Amino acid sequence: MPTIVKRALGLAWVLPALALVGVFVYFPLAENLGFSTLKWDIYSGSQEFVGLENYRKLVDDPVFWRSLGNNVMYAVVSIAFQVCGALVLAALIEGIRSQRWQRILRSIYFIPCAISLTVAGLLFYFIYEPNLGPLNHLLDAVGLGDLSRSWLGEESTAMPAIIAMSQWQGFGYSTLLFAVAIQRIPAEIYHAAALDGTGPVRRFFHVTVPLVREMTGLMMMVTISGAFQVFNEVMVMTGGGPDNSSQVLGTWLYRSGFVRNDFGYAAAIATVIFVITLAIAVAQLWVANRRRVEW
Amino acid sequence: MVSRIGFLGVIARVFLWVFLLGLAVVVVYPLLWMVLNGFKTNSQLFGNPFALPVDWSFENYRKAWNRGVSDYLTTSVLVTVTSTVATVFVSAWAAYGLTRVKIPFSGFITGTILGGLMLAPSVALVPLVKMFQAMGLYNSFWALLILYTAFRVPFTTFLIRAYMLDLPREVDEAAEMDGCGRWTAFWHIILPMCKPIITSTVLLHILFAWNEYLFAMIFTSGSGVQTLPVGLMSLMSKHGTEFPVVFAGMTIAAIPVMLLFFFGQRYIVKGMADGIGK
Repeated sequence: MPTIVKRALGLAWVLPALALVGVFVYFPLAENLGFSTLKWDIYSGSQEFVGLENYRKLVDDPVFWRSLGNNVMYAVVSIAFQVCGALVLAALIEGIRSQRWQRILRSIYFIPCAISLTVAGLLFYFIYEPNLGPLNHLLDAVGLGDLSRSWLGEESTAMPAIIAMSQWQGFGYSTLLFAVAIQRIPAEIYHAAALDGTGPVRRFFHVTVPLVREMTGLMMMVTISGAFQVFNEVMVMTGGGPDNSSQVLGTWLYRSGFVRNDFGYAAAIATVIFVITLAIAVAQLWVANRRRVEW
Repeated sequence: MVSRIGFLGVIARVFLWVFLLGLAVVVVYPLLWMVLNGFKTNSQLFGNPFALPVDWSFENYRKAWNRGVSDYLTTSVLVTVTSTVATVFVSAWAAYGLTRVKIPFSGFITGTILGGLMLAPSVALVPLVKMFQAMGLYNSFWALLILYTAFRVPFTTFLIRAYMLDLPREVDEAAEMDGCGRWTAFWHIILPMCKPIITSTVLLHILFAWNEYLFAMIFTSGSGVQTLPVGLMSLMSKHGTEFPVVFAGMTIAAIPVMLLFFFGQRYIVKGMADGIGK
């Protein structure tokens, strides 16, 4: 068999993967750009080219900006808890002498990540519920009854309450990954630092933080990217309400297209999500490559 | 002086343990509350939320099971199993082709497949709905099987490819000397050697497919092919205020993946660490 034919036959190994990704991931992505220039009613089937009209509508849409703001708030809080907080927590756990307790704590913290965001969201819907939820009862019991309210029913607290739930659900994941990164630091470095009389706080900032920098960078990117793709928990807990106060880009896309039947506008929101997540991915690749050159 | 440092050290350690165990309680208590509420009656549920159930009957669990949860569970198992098998095989073939076989444009193909990692599913949502409606697969099991496979092939290929790159070249040479064809070498030599990473990818895919909501909600909402996450939402809306039944349904949905995590923890952690760290 000639080499060229043999090589071409080798393509059969990658063909299924390539076809699936091409048809169901890349093609829709490209098509979405086209859809975002249409005024499109999916039920009647009417389509009309409107150019950049949908993007102009985006700029004037207060709910779009509110959604984007909520995604940003999500990202900021998640970096504080799931990156910075998780790193401190992982260092505290790895500082425990008993390996058995290290393992037990890491596993306990991870449990919520195994269950679905739907179950976690429903669970916290009930926890925040003003009548049967334990949160208000707890506040009453410790004398903070004034604070109790309908957490998901008020505009000012709906989004923070959802974000709090997702911190509960997700911090164990990053803690576990930071713990793995800390375990990869050679023990001699810590011994040397301890012999020099360096205290635990200084050891954290001068040994742990610099040596897990790579993992911190990756977690940061993953967390930000995830924050702009939020959908499940908002959909389950508030559906974006009350009065669109907890809307995020993902749920506003869904509502615009599937509820308000404005699919061209939904496609325009999808393009915004695409641009943001792509920018984060490119930044991640750029950082990874630069590091490779440095070493 | 020594005793003073020792004393402060003890105080610090007490604070540390109070914090770590307190956090563990914050994590576990809501889950425990969920399981317990599945055993309560509606009036108990609206009473003291911290009280234990009075009689431990499985009535709510039975009701939840009969009101659709058994169907949702069946669909979830079916979608999870089939998409896991499809994803892992398609990815393992691709990883083998990319690391062991000389193919044209291999750099471009690698970039294309792994590049899918960067793309958010919500971006493709509107075109996918149109596409699946045109194919007549909207509201069907096939939609989820195809989408879960297509969107997870990049990540799974990424993990298996990284592992195959680390396997020694001599293995392939030995296989070739024995007169093995490509196909035999893949099935009988390379794939068995990849067992640890295959286990990781299988477990991670199960967690994904069992819990996925966006595609499941859009592509199966109006029909009898709802998965558990979507089904729980219909259970919630259909049965008004009979919340203990909903809690029972949530518990049924959560238990399989929690067990999976406890028994497969080692592989899940390894897969996650490789997935993000390489």
